[in-house]
Amino acid sequence: MTAAEIVFVLIGVVALASAVLVVTTRQLVHAALWLVVSFGALAACYLLLTAEFVAWVQVLIYVGAIVVLLLFGIMLTRAPIGRSDDLDSGNRPAALVVAAGTAATLVTVLVQAFRTAYLDLGGGDPAGSASAVGASLFRSWVLPFELLSVLLLAALVGAIVLSRSDIGEH
Amino acid sequence: MHLVYPVVLAALLFSVGVYGVLARRNAILVLMSVELMLNAVNLNLVTFDAWLRDTLHSGQALTLFVIVIAAAEVGLGLAIVLLVFRNRETIAVDALRELVEPDAERVHR
Repeated sequence: MTAAEIVFVLIGVVALASAVLVVTTRQLVHAALWLVVSFGALAACYLLLTAEFVAWVQVLIYVGAIVVLLLFGIMLTRAPIGRSDDLDSGNRPAALVVAAGTAATLVTVLVQAFRTAYLDLGGGDPAGSASAVGASLFRSWVLPFELLSVLLLAALVGAIVLSRSDIGEH
Repeated sequence: MHLVYPVVLAALLFSVGVYGVLARRNAILVLMSVELMLNAVNLNLVTFDAWLRDTLHSGQALTLFVIVIAAAEVGLGLAIVLLVFRNRETIAVDALRELVEPDAERVHR
């Protein structure tokens, strides 16, 4: 194992363990906070894979915006602050079986398929720098980029219409 | 770096998300698990972008697009959850049984 692999495995263990805590913890607010740890560890994984621009976008959007939005949702639905024992539904054993089956299938197939594949991360040009990603985003991907900005606007307008109670029926 | 490490990490994160979506009752926790699954897909995209050394940077561009769509999805999802909470006083997903078929309801009871 090289040094980069050891670091990646350690950060991956952190990401996976905090993800497991998100889906098993008994406190709602703690689930959101463990989500921050998981997303932060994933941003470090992106850095190790030389995708530095994606890593900073991950920190800004996921940790900065989405988790805050989820915490607002927890607050506005008047969730209990302490432990609550009714966070899991009755189909927990079935969910465990399905998730274990998914994990076993995917890991088996992927390990079989990529046993001899190696990432070469030490190349000359940094493929994940902001200038490289920005240039390809505004050259090759400019149409989907603009389409997504319209989609984001439509989603925000929809969210406002849904959450305001004084518009709609009269 | 061996390609297996990031790919297996993404697969395991996806399975954790699947478990969360199926096992949780609170709608906000279900949304969090969906975010975990989207993050697993993002890790896959970044990994294969670095592996294939794509000149168009497709993997990283698509990762940014997935992040934008996740933001839109969470915004709309939380608006819907808040609307359900305002009307029903609960956001437990197994308590919302208005759309169930009558036959299935009888079998369930």
